[in-house]
Amino acid sequence: MKTPRWAAGLVALGLILAACGAQQATSTGGADGDGESAERDMRIVVVTHGQASDPFWSVVVNGVNQARDDLGIEVEYNAPQGDDFDVVAMAQLIDTAVASEPDGLVISNPDPSGLEAAIQGALDAGIPVLSINSGSDVYADLGLLTHIGQTEFEAGVGAGERMAAAGVTNTLCVNQEVGNVALDLRCQGFAEGLGGIPSRVVAVDLSDATGAQAGIQAELAGDPTIDGILTLGPTGAAPALLALEGNDAVQLATFDLSPEVLTAIDEGRMLFAIDQQQYLQGYLGVSVMALYVQYGLLPGGGDIIRTGPGFVTPDNAAQVIELSSEGIR
Amino acid sequence: MATAEARPIDERVRRVGLGSRLLGRPEVGAIIGAALVWIVFAVWAGDRGFTSVAGTATILNVAAQVGIVASAVALLMIAGEFDLSVGSVVGAAGMVVAIGVGEFGLPVWLTVLMAIGLGLAIGFINGYIVIRTRLPSFIVTLGMLLILRGLTIGITRAITARTQVGGLAPAIDADPIAGIFTARFGNFPVAILWWIGLALVATYVLLRTPFGNWIYGAGGSAVAARNLGVPVARVKIMLFMATAASAALLAVIQVLSVGSGDVLRGQDKEFEAIITAVIGGTLLTGGYGSAIGAIFGALTLGMTRQGLFFAGVPGDWYLAILGVLLLLAVIINNYIRQRATRTRS
Repeated sequence: MKTPRWAAGLVALGLILAACGAQQATSTGGADGDGESAERDMRIVVVTHGQASDPFWSVVVNGVNQARDDLGIEVEYNAPQGDDFDVVAMAQLIDTAVASEPDGLVISNPDPSGLEAAIQGALDAGIPVLSINSGSDVYADLGLLTHIGQTEFEAGVGAGERMAAAGVTNTLCVNQEVGNVALDLRCQGFAEGLGGIPSRVVAVDLSDATGAQAGIQAELAGDPTIDGILTLGPTGAAPALLALEGNDAVQLATFDLSPEVLTAIDEGRMLFAIDQQQYLQGYLGVSVMALYVQYGLLPGGGDIIRTGPGFVTPDNAAQVIELSSEGIR
Repeated sequence: MATAEARPIDERVRRVGLGSRLLGRPEVGAIIGAALVWIVFAVWAGDRGFTSVAGTATILNVAAQVGIVASAVALLMIAGEFDLSVGSVVGAAGMVVAIGVGEFGLPVWLTVLMAIGLGLAIGFINGYIVIRTRLPSFIVTLGMLLILRGLTIGITRAITARTQVGGLAPAIDADPIAGIFTARFGNFPVAILWWIGLALVATYVLLRTPFGNWIYGAGGSAVAARNLGVPVARVKIMLFMATAASAALLAVIQVLSVGSGDVLRGQDKEFEAIITAVIGGTLLTGGYGSAIGAIFGALTLGMTRQGLFFAGVPGDWYLAILGVLLLLAVIINNYIRQRATRTRS
């Protein structure tokens, strides 16, 4: 009498797993549409550190999926589950990806020391690897094909050039995360791009918006000649916007997008925002890998492929707001 | 006909069929379930590397991560208590090693001892509060979960101005004992040996020592056990300490293998450990369960997580499927336990 109930449980499990399999088969349906059989056989795995709740990474995934559908190849996206960045889980995902023997592996590399062994395992297994988003400083040493992302210094230079073109004469670079090397590079690039126009770095506390606002106001009061401010992220831009309320003499620009930033640009309260265009990181990551696997093609001999800086200005802010609701910006 | 039933056999020496006897073991559901999950994935994703050596290694590695904690958690649950602070202990103990080595330049072996010592101390505090206040351990350790995680974030930021401490690799490579936690045999990390070893020790304690009987007694009926002379308070406090120490061990293995620690490490581990024990046949209400079962619970978890990857299912679906597995396991285990108690009556 015991077997039937047992079997029912087992069959249920099988059905559930099979149902998930069917689900997956339909979601990669683009593979069966058109394209050469050689393309159909290709399988690329993408492993990132993107958190499920982070809208930034949803845009990357949308780029990955669009490339998958456009190319008609098999692409799997994976990231550690849960809402924190977990380098242990990510290394395990890379190990697993290697064991599944894909034709190519696309990863983000937020913690090179933690992921080094897993990445080396992939290379040892003869799987081509490229990095997107983070890891631009180590990809060449690790032996990765290329890196696709925004390089912070060059993006800062772009910001400085635009700010200089707007006619500023004295500027602040507001750093909301002291100790983060990427942010230091942004300020250094900014100073370079300004080409001689003075720029001073001001540290504010990411978690204390009121204090940040007061700090920026104090800087402006202390030096009335300041007419340009660059913040390094939305958490710096929000207090800066408050500090500049009713003050039209100062030009404000920021790295990275948020709804407040986009609205401010659309209303003309900000000069521009720098977008690293992460959709490109997903889309190009898969496409570049596919072309390398199929034809051995690699743009620029493996130099960094820069997805940013893209600039959001009052001219295109409305379009960006619309695209961001579609998950493309 | 009637004469044959005239003298019923005493139920204590009644012959029980092999099948019923097997079904009476708490881990049998977990073993069958693990085998079944393996077969499903072997058929579904065998050609994608699920059954390869490298694939097996990643499954065992994932299983080991949760399994190292799960056998102690299973014993604690058999004794009728919960520990929700496991994941926070992983984070805190990991930062002890990372900050100790990275910021203060302490030798790795010393920070390992400090981390394990921290685990033992937290376990003692958990157990002492539960015993003295007679509050449910669910609430006490939930408090500890929040306190520890908050302290870890606060202290780490205060000392290092960061939430992630890396660059430990040179110190770890130079340390004489770090290899105990980081060695690899081909694709197989030594964590797998820790996992199996701890589970075997837990099984031995549970099935072959008086302490094991006390564990069952403490969880089955604490009052009756106390009346029989079982030191229930001591048993429970020791199990809390073992649980937190095993979490600290996991933290040591993680930090030393990866070369960095961050304040959020180990989040959700407490639930994974409980899920593993429950899939392994341990009852939430105590008094019944198995450490061997926890091995197979951990295997099931590892195979499901990595198997979905091999099968090409996006990671988004993992938690849903894990939830279904958990419910199935509880329902099946419940059914088995009812059968088991019926055969004895």
